[in-house]
Parts: sequence; structure tokens; C-alpha cells
Amino acid sequence: MNTGNGNVDHGRRQVLAWGAAMAGVALAPGVTLFELAQARPPSEPASAKVRWGMLVDVNRCATDCDACVVACDRENGLPETKTATSAQWIRKVELKDLRGGPSKTAPVMCQHCAHPPCVDVCPTGASFKRADGIVLVDRHTCIGCRYCMMACPYQARSFVHEPVTDQKPEVPRGKGCVESCTLCVHRIDRDQIPACVEACAATGHKAILFGDLNDPGSEIAQAIATLRTRALRPDLRLDPGVVYHGL
Amino acid sequence: MRAGGGFGADTAARVLCRVLGLAVACAFAGVAPATAADSTASRVPKPTIAITTPGKCVEDREVILRDHMDLLKHQRVLTVHEGIRTKAHSLENCVACHASRETGRVTGSKDAFCESCHRYAAVRLDCFECHADRPATGVAANMPSPAGTAPR
Repeated sequence: MNTGNGNVDHGRRQVLAWGAAMAGVALAPGVTLFELAQARPPSEPASAKVRWGMLVDVNRCATDCDACVVACDRENGLPETKTATSAQWIRKVELKDLRGGPSKTAPVMCQHCAHPPCVDVCPTGASFKRADGIVLVDRHTCIGCRYCMMACPYQARSFVHEPVTDQKPEVPRGKGCVESCTLCVHRIDRDQIPACVEACAATGHKAILFGDLNDPGSEIAQAIATLRTRALRPDLRLDPGVVYHGL
Repeated sequence: MRAGGGFGADTAARVLCRVLGLAVACAFAGVAPATAADSTASRVPKPTIAITTPGKCVEDREVILRDHMDLLKHQRVLTVHEGIRTKAHSLENCVACHASRETGRVTGSKDAFCESCHRYAAVRLDCFECHADRPATGVAANMPSPAGTAPR
């Protein structure tokens, strides 16, 4: 970002440089971790031409690893010590073949549906889908009725039962609202990838691929075109932005 | 109800009384500051508005005093729903600049930047039930750029 008077934001340049360095990390032949996102200036609204999504490779997801969950909690200021009522934006789900096959795990978070049932049922319009496909809760208008939690087939949403202190400046949260994975919207808006994707790559598993589903040249779109992928609960035809490979 | 003529005369008399009353009030108001300016200045309590960070605010003082809530509300809709993250009117930017040097916060004491005025005006301050009342990495790290180069 140029601050308008010739001063260059070196922090942002560094991030872009890291992005360029990591763009070459290959997941599989023809599949890289992520591509350089199109830089969007802060004054420009999110574009409907973009649709952010994720591809989770279940075969790469290590059963004993919870780096994505830890990274999500840290990035969004969620409590480290969990209680029965703690908010949970991403969780590891174990998938076991009852005939004795190997068990697998996969991260499950808000699937950022194209036709989100949470938005359909919200009585105040607090639950909404942003132009670039990210499903969010506007906490200013959320009344905490929890209809969206009932409507979500992925159980991706949480209600905040207790007063919250020491929030992250970029992730305001408070008692009485429903919340869920924001796809790290504050990071996306400054051209960074979500914290879980970054953490997964840092462990070396590289099980989560993030990018623009609408851009046929993006790595995620190419991976989806070549790999066998499926949504969770495809029968509901919600067209989730998060798809899974290897289920 | 009485006849129309009587009603009209009654109304005219009331209007005359009001005009006279207003004139008297204006006369007193005009005189009062000149005679009692020194004594009222110390007797009227004022909120503490401690601005420790040098530089210029994103708007004039009068605009901020009167309209800061509208500016913030406008910006919040743009940011949450459209992803526009210009800094000038964002709450995060206000907090980064106005957090106390001692406590690092804009609330929490009667002299804190936001709380002193809101206590004075008896207006409930809900923002910080969800939003952080301190900058991400301390006050010093968030010092704004010098006057005239405020980030937009």
C-alpha cells in the first residue's frame, strides 16, 4: 500500500515478497499452495467477481495435528482453555470407516455457502454474504436469537455466552452474538491468506488450499478441475465455498 | 369551543406574551456572559480531554465532537458489509491514536479519552463491549504519521 505521499509500507511489501516466495510451493504436479491474490486497495469494496474458497485435501490432513485450530484461536482471540460453551470456529472431525478402514480427520468450519441457510433464516439481516462469497455475522445487528445455528447443517456457528475481554482489534467479539469462521476476512482484505491455511502449510502438511474459485487460472480452481472433490452434504445443494478431496 | 373571534384574540395575546418573554430572556442571556464569565468558567465541570499524541485529527474538533458517532457508524457498515478498510474513520484508528500513554486504553478510568466525555454526557459507551479498547501493539507502535499525512 502506498500511503499517498510517497511513503512505502515496507511491511506490506515484505508480505507480498513472502507470498511470491511461497507461491511456488507445490502441493502436487500442477497444484501449488496458493497464488498471489489480486491486491485490492483498502478504499475499494469487495468484488463479486471474486469468490473465495478452500480445498481441503483429507489425505494430507494429519490425524494428530490441530495446527489449524490453534492458529484460528490465536488469530481471532478465541479462548485457549475451552469450556463446554466456548466458541469454536474450526474443529477437527474424525472420519472412520465402520468396516475397519483407516480413520481420517478433516477440518470443518463455516463452509461459506453460495446459498447459505443461516442468511435465509436471520430475522434481522445480521447474517449476510459478502460480495466475494464470505458469509459473515454483523454483530451490530445480531440479536443472538440463534436461528442461524439451528439452520446451519454443518454446526459451524457458536454463540458467545460469556462476556469477552482482550479482543483482538481486528476481530471484535462480544457476549450475546452468534459468530463463526470469517475466512479471516481481515487478513483477506490485506491480501493475506487465512490463518489456518498458513498454519497448515507451516507444518508441512499443506492440506488446505485457499484461493479464488471464480478465477480459472487460480491454483484452487485448477485443482478442483483436476481432482475429485466434493462438498459436505452435497444433497443440500448449498454450493459451499469449502470443498474436500479424499473423503 | 368558543366562537372563532374570541379564540383568535386569546391566541394573539399568548403570542405577544411569548415574544415579550423571549425578548427579556435574550436580554439576560446577552448580559450574563459579560458579568459572570470569570466565575462560571471555574464552576461548570468539564470532561477531561487529554490528547497526548501530537498531530492533527482526521476531522476538525467541532466535527468530531458533534458527529463522531455518525462517522463511526457509517464506516462500520462500509467495513463489515463491503470490506472497505480505509483508516480515517475507523474505530481501530481512533483507539490507536487516542489510547492513554499511561494505561494504553481509551476506557477504564474517568480520565480515559472516550470515557471522560461519555461519563460527563451520561451516554452509554457500548463500542468496547466487543471492540478492543487498546491498540494491537501498544501506543508507541501505533503513533500516527505527522500532521497532513494522516492515512486515508
